[in-house]
Amino acid sequence: MIKVRNLTKFYVKNKALDDVSFSLNEGEILGFLGPNGAGKSTTMNIITGYLSSDAGTVEIDGINILENPTAAKKKIGYLPEIPPLYNDMTVVKYLEFMFRLKKIRLPMKEHINSVCDKVKISDVKDRIIKNLSKGYRQRVGFAQALLGDPPVLILDEPTVGLDPQQIIEIRRLIRDLGKKHTIILSSHLLSEVQAVCDKILIINNGRIVADELKTSLTGTGAASEKLSVIVEGRRQQVMSLLQKIDGVVKVTDLGEPEKGCCEFTVDSRRDVRRLIFRAFAKTDFNILQISPVELSLEDTYLRIITGKNDTKEATADVSNL
Amino acid sequence: MSAIYKRDFVSYFNSPVGYAVLASFMFFSGIFFYVQCLYMGTTNMSTVFQSMFFIVLFVIPLITMRTFSDDRKNKTDQAWMTAPVEIPSIVIAKFLSSLSLFALCLLAFVIEGVSLSLMAQPDWSVIIGNIFGLIILGSSLLTIGIFISSLTESSIVAAIVSFAVNVLLSLIDIVGVTVHQDWLTAVINAVSFQSRYNDFSLGIISLSDVIFFVTVTCLFLFLTDRVIERRRWA
Repeated sequence: MIKVRNLTKFYVKNKALDDVSFSLNEGEILGFLGPNGAGKSTTMNIITGYLSSDAGTVEIDGINILENPTAAKKKIGYLPEIPPLYNDMTVVKYLEFMFRLKKIRLPMKEHINSVCDKVKISDVKDRIIKNLSKGYRQRVGFAQALLGDPPVLILDEPTVGLDPQQIIEIRRLIRDLGKKHTIILSSHLLSEVQAVCDKILIINNGRIVADELKTSLTGTGAASEKLSVIVEGRRQQVMSLLQKIDGVVKVTDLGEPEKGCCEFTVDSRRDVRRLIFRAFAKTDFNILQISPVELSLEDTYLRIITGKNDTKEATADVSNL
Repeated sequence: MSAIYKRDFVSYFNSPVGYAVLASFMFFSGIFFYVQCLYMGTTNMSTVFQSMFFIVLFVIPLITMRTFSDDRKNKTDQAWMTAPVEIPSIVIAKFLSSLSLFALCLLAFVIEGVSLSLMAQPDWSVIIGNIFGLIILGSSLLTIGIFISSLTESSIVAAIVSFAVNVLLSLIDIVGVTVHQDWLTAVINAVSFQSRYNDFSLGIISLSDVIFFVTVTCLFLFLTDRVIERRRWA
């Protein structure tokens, strides 16, 4: 449905996008993740035809956005980072204007009403946009993108400025829309992308740094296994025992959770739970707990963005920024 | 295209701008009409039209100042840049809506002509010729204003610059007199808006004047289109 190949974009001499390629099938939801200034909005602006790229192509349903912009734009509903609202109009008048601008051939009144119901703005329909709160403005922008039921939806940070309940509603709406529409949404909220998207694309400094299905992305995070182990016994000895186990890469001391116990995290190349059990069975030390530490998407994200292997280190780096 | 035309035209009256423009235009044309026709006891409206030239210069920047600059500032240009609409048709729609407001101002002269005809026989050919002349003079000044508005995000800057350009175009006659270089005088006279407009105010519609104003209009419509198009590559 959407094919993006080798997009490159310069802002004067600043390289904003560097060889960005990805593709998306019908009915998929792609989450675009990255820190501020990574190139998320630039990519979306190029896909929707607002900006031109310096190199590369964008195809919407087989139509090249540069060669046939009008036909391609008809297939896209776009909610930019700042919703393009005319402040001096009422909500209904604005939606009617956008309806005509997009040259939609549907019964206007009914269609606008159904879109308003979907994003829950029916009660503010006759108010002037200038006087609406940020959450409502965001939803009017959303409504504008949904006009004409376009097969492709591009949503740039759709839940910014909404309260928690609205966020849940909008996410549910996006998931529902994802059954029929192909959606790209950007966010810097990982939980949002995790909750809504099928596919995740992490972008940093204009480059795609990870392009995976959600499950495999968390999977790659655990390329090496990580265990948390609590043992009753003397610290030095427990530590040296753990380090001697075949396959263990690194043992980190986490201190003393209870009196007479010590806690470690064990990084290893493969599953070492059985080996740990056997090693300690020969001694007087009792294992109180062995549990796997699952890398969350968040850990993976931070690791990828900062290019560091240790999540803790990466977190520290980010908080220093 | 009609969507943008309608929106822009209505938006003049969603803010005080449309009313201010209409009111000031009608106010001054009324004063000139009273002093130069009614008080003088003549049906010749040529002098009214000549005096109105400066009011036109003043009013047009107010009409065009927000045309593209506001869209850019509020990011509403993203709405029409990503809609299935060609940029030239957007430029033309915005031009036509500004021209419509200007044409509404010119209704003042029709009202004055009608009120004259209640008492005497006005020279309708002069009035109609003048309104036609003002429309094509207005078109070229409006497109210059729209072009300037497309260059900036600030409507105030757009208004000031277009006002300065308009004044320059009328003062250029004075410069032409002081220059003692035949070819330069010829060039200055050729681009002078006022001398061409004065022909209209006498009821003379010459083809070369019409072609001049239509050319200026088309040139600046084209330049505006280029500016908007170029932004996508910036």
